[in-house]
Amino acid sequence: MRDVAVIGIGCTPFGEKWGSSFRDLFVQAGTMALEDAGVAGEEIGAMYVGNMSAGRFIEQEHVGALIADYAGLASDHIASTRVEAACASGGLSFRQAFIAVASGIEDIVVAAGVEKMTDVGTGASVDALAGAADREWEGFVGATFPGLYAMIATDYMNRYPLTREQLAEVAVKNHYNGARNPIAQFSQEITIETVLSSSLVADPLRLFDCSPITDGAAAVVLAPLERAREYTDTPVRVLASAQASDTIALHDRRDISTLDATVAAGKRAFAMAGLSPGDIDLVEVHDCFTIAEICAIEDLGFCRKGEAGRLTAEGVTALGGDLPVNTSGGLKACGHPVGATGIKQVCEVVQQLRGEAGRRQVDGARIGMTHNVGGTGATVAVHILGV
Amino acid sequence: MSVARFWRKIPQRYNLTGTRCATCGRYFFPPRYLCPDCRRAGKIGEHRFSGMGKVVTYTVIRTASEQFEQMTPYVLAIVELDEGPRLTAQLVCSPDEVRIGMRVRPVFRRISADGESGVIHYGTKFAPENP
Repeated sequence: MRDVAVIGIGCTPFGEKWGSSFRDLFVQAGTMALEDAGVAGEEIGAMYVGNMSAGRFIEQEHVGALIADYAGLASDHIASTRVEAACASGGLSFRQAFIAVASGIEDIVVAAGVEKMTDVGTGASVDALAGAADREWEGFVGATFPGLYAMIATDYMNRYPLTREQLAEVAVKNHYNGARNPIAQFSQEITIETVLSSSLVADPLRLFDCSPITDGAAAVVLAPLERAREYTDTPVRVLASAQASDTIALHDRRDISTLDATVAAGKRAFAMAGLSPGDIDLVEVHDCFTIAEICAIEDLGFCRKGEAGRLTAEGVTALGGDLPVNTSGGLKACGHPVGATGIKQVCEVVQQLRGEAGRRQVDGARIGMTHNVGGTGATVAVHILGV
Repeated sequence: MSVARFWRKIPQRYNLTGTRCATCGRYFFPPRYLCPDCRRAGKIGEHRFSGMGKVVTYTVIRTASEQFEQMTPYVLAIVELDEGPRLTAQLVCSPDEVRIGMRVRPVFRRISADGESGVIHYGTKFAPENP
């Protein structure tokens, strides 16, 4: 297996992009990534694109070929593949690209993610997102996606000492970070009161516990490490790539409040990199809801079960804390264009490791992690990057 | 949801018909036809659940998908049947009434409809055992 490096990144601003189409967004991110890498289109051997539900959101399937075409690569006939694992589509796209380069089959590979969610109304998008869970036995009876995470929160708060205020601290922190990220959907800082006075979506989760509906795209360029310096002075190595699965329905899990797929993927990633949680300088976790960030910090092994709420309230996971979590603003504040999220996480970690994160820079960051979840934890991708 | 897609699940949705593996004795609802423990060595047969169980966790849905918008707020829970399996279902009770560990019994109810003139989907909800 060859060592692999990220040599270029690109990410569109996230938000409700009424003026941009699915393909506009992708082309914008892809062009930025290729410019950043100094790679010409004809050098690309393959492309992977993470996308959850273009079929539901814009009535378009076959998006692998579509994006290759509109990226101007139709006449090069490159291998272009769509990867789908609900909200983990981007993380899996990155992993597929990593495997293609590491195996020696391809040299220069683009891993992308894109979602155009605002061409349908809120009801239709809530319904599409419910497809990330078990349509037949969860969605059919009226389970929404926030509702499933709310049931995790109810179970968690019944068993561990997590207060409603501590849960709100996750959103407050991520909005603080998002306000320092120029691509973030939300640029406003919020207070605990903002969260607690927002409307209930699914008890105990309120509107400000939830990530928004977002349009956006992100792309990164991968190359064999031995060739990376032909393109960039700041290659970022992929130290580990791991993926795990679990039951599709939340009700079939061993433990409602533990994402066993996160535990498994985290362990595999640390083993592959020869590292432990104490070696990680920053982590982008999948905070589709505030409770999801609490579970992720624990399930990845950064602390024991039941401690993440207190650590968040104490500022351990804030910028300047011992373990900055979601410096991009996370899904909560940066936004969550479902298929693009896993790639955006990689873009954020690469920016941090290059020292290019501006007002949200983590001083001396050398090793970062990304954690991308599909559904309520049926798929998890974890990557470790380092310089 | 198409008529055929709903219709073929009627035994499960109306009568809580699930499955049981005779090799290891484990019950499944929603039904599985491959036992995760025994895999090909498993012997799967049908089992009709009594539907008695308890609430494992719950929420109150305030923002629903289009089909359920008219029902909000409604209580959604994970129910553990007495034989062991867990399922997701609506509870027929007020948001103030639901508690973790609350005993529940099955009730036959309308679940949703495909618009005003479309197919009406029936199925099982759960009510407090001791009202």
